[in-house]
Amino acid sequence: MIALPHSVAEIGYLVASGCFIVGLKRLGSPATAVSGNQLSAWGMAIAIVVTLLAGNILEWWQIGLGLVLGGGIGLWMAKTVQMTGMPQMVAILNGFGGASSLLVGGAEFLKAELANQVIPTETGIVIQLSLLIGAVTLTGSVIAWAKLQEVMSGQAITYPLQKAINALLFVAITGLATYQITTPDAHLAPFYAVIGLSLVLGVLLVIPIGGADMPVVIALLNSYSGVAAAMTGFVINNHVLIIAGALVGSSGIILTRIMCKAMNRSLANVLFGAFGANAGALPGGKSAAGLTVRTVSPEDAAIQLAYAQSVIVVPGYGLAVAQAQHVVRELAELIEKNGGEVKYAIHPVAGRMPGHMNVLLAESNVPYDRLYDMDEINPQFDTCDVALVIGANDVVNPAARSDPASPIYGMPILDVDRARSIIVMKRGMSAGFAGIENELFYHPKTTMLFGDAKASLTKLVSEIKAL
Amino acid sequence: MSEGIMIGIVVFTLATFLGIELIQRVPPTLHTPLMSGSNAISGITVVGALVVAGGGYGWISTVFGVGAVALAMMNVVGGYAVTNRMLQMFKKDEVAK
Repeated sequence: MIALPHSVAEIGYLVASGCFIVGLKRLGSPATAVSGNQLSAWGMAIAIVVTLLAGNILEWWQIGLGLVLGGGIGLWMAKTVQMTGMPQMVAILNGFGGASSLLVGGAEFLKAELANQVIPTETGIVIQLSLLIGAVTLTGSVIAWAKLQEVMSGQAITYPLQKAINALLFVAITGLATYQITTPDAHLAPFYAVIGLSLVLGVLLVIPIGGADMPVVIALLNSYSGVAAAMTGFVINNHVLIIAGALVGSSGIILTRIMCKAMNRSLANVLFGAFGANAGALPGGKSAAGLTVRTVSPEDAAIQLAYAQSVIVVPGYGLAVAQAQHVVRELAELIEKNGGEVKYAIHPVAGRMPGHMNVLLAESNVPYDRLYDMDEINPQFDTCDVALVIGANDVVNPAARSDPASPIYGMPILDVDRARSIIVMKRGMSAGFAGIENELFYHPKTTMLFGDAKASLTKLVSEIKAL
Repeated sequence: MSEGIMIGIVVFTLATFLGIELIQRVPPTLHTPLMSGSNAISGITVVGALVVAGGGYGWISTVFGVGAVALAMMNVVGGYAVTNRMLQMFKKDEVAK
């Protein structure tokens, strides 16, 4: 079989890169996003076909097996995953990407080593980098997946000298890698040691991060998987890998920054702060002593909602846990039938990953133009008759604005307390992820509707229908 | 430093800036599909995996390479398919009614 000429292959890769870039651009609006994603997939198909035609492929059936097996499993995962499980899915896919980079880097190294070729220094450096980043992405993602899937505790795991041990590990990896790069006839031991220690480092970097901070970690691992791909591109000297990897790397970093900003924390604080570990024992914040909570019956809440002109729904992750998205939409349709207007206020960290809540609501057919970002919706609370808070807590806590002693002080929140009246749907009076009392619940304008979100919403729907 | 690596660094840097420009315009509503979609793009390592697996470099390369192909393909197909599934759910008001 005649291989594709090198120059033709290069053009093919350039076309693929263009597809990725335009595809990402089209992901910028819901109207064009579907076609953008498809264009990006075409780019990938072009890259794969070009590689198969240009690569002097000998082991056809083995490769076919890998393509079909991997593609089949991926498709099965994509078809069966629940929308609530999306963070885990993205986490584990990041891990696969990292693992792939690790294997390619490793194979390139072994190939040269076994043929007794001297690896040029710069190639050596990028090989070691793809091993390190690939391995950290792999095990870090597996731990993130396990925490989200609740295979392991979502709590931050801390122990003495944690940062020192991680730093030491990193120094050891750097030392071994440097030795491997600079010593042409080095044995394979440092190579395996770099891989082994990097795998351990990935685990140790993610275990001290609490479950509530996983959105940041997934975004960061997303970035790592891109950088790992770019490093692999340097190893095999292929620009489409470098371009695609850099695009993904920057995308992950931006999302990481957005998430950190939404929680008013620095990346360093998320990665090393072990925020979830001491929840409940946090100093500061007002105590709830002497304050009383007003409860509301579903009947009264239904009347309030049925005659409201404008309602803003504030969904939190509790809504998704209760699988109550569909009932919310039903409720919203009833309110609209009675002449009210319903909007949804989405805090950036409302779900378990960036934009997660939007997907969950889209799944239950809530039109996307009803979903409002924090900055858009906040000025509208003043003129809102009822703010309906479902399973959200810290993101509506006014202490973030007013109480400098509160641990969440400075975090951007939804200004729910400015609404004319507030109904909070909640399981019980437990504190949120951050373990802080929420004064919104004691506000004179607030009434609480306790119980499972889905059960309460179902009751509200039937009450409104009965009116 | 070899010219190949140098060009690679230039390409990497420019692509990073381009990525930042593109991604900053994506609204929060689409951040989850953006993540899964860009995740699929990072499966581009499949190209490296194919080169390693199929080049007749001996059985170690083939084993590593085929493993890498399978892993990267899970990333690629899983990522694109799930992104497509999610994006199909995003509908405007008129369509819903």
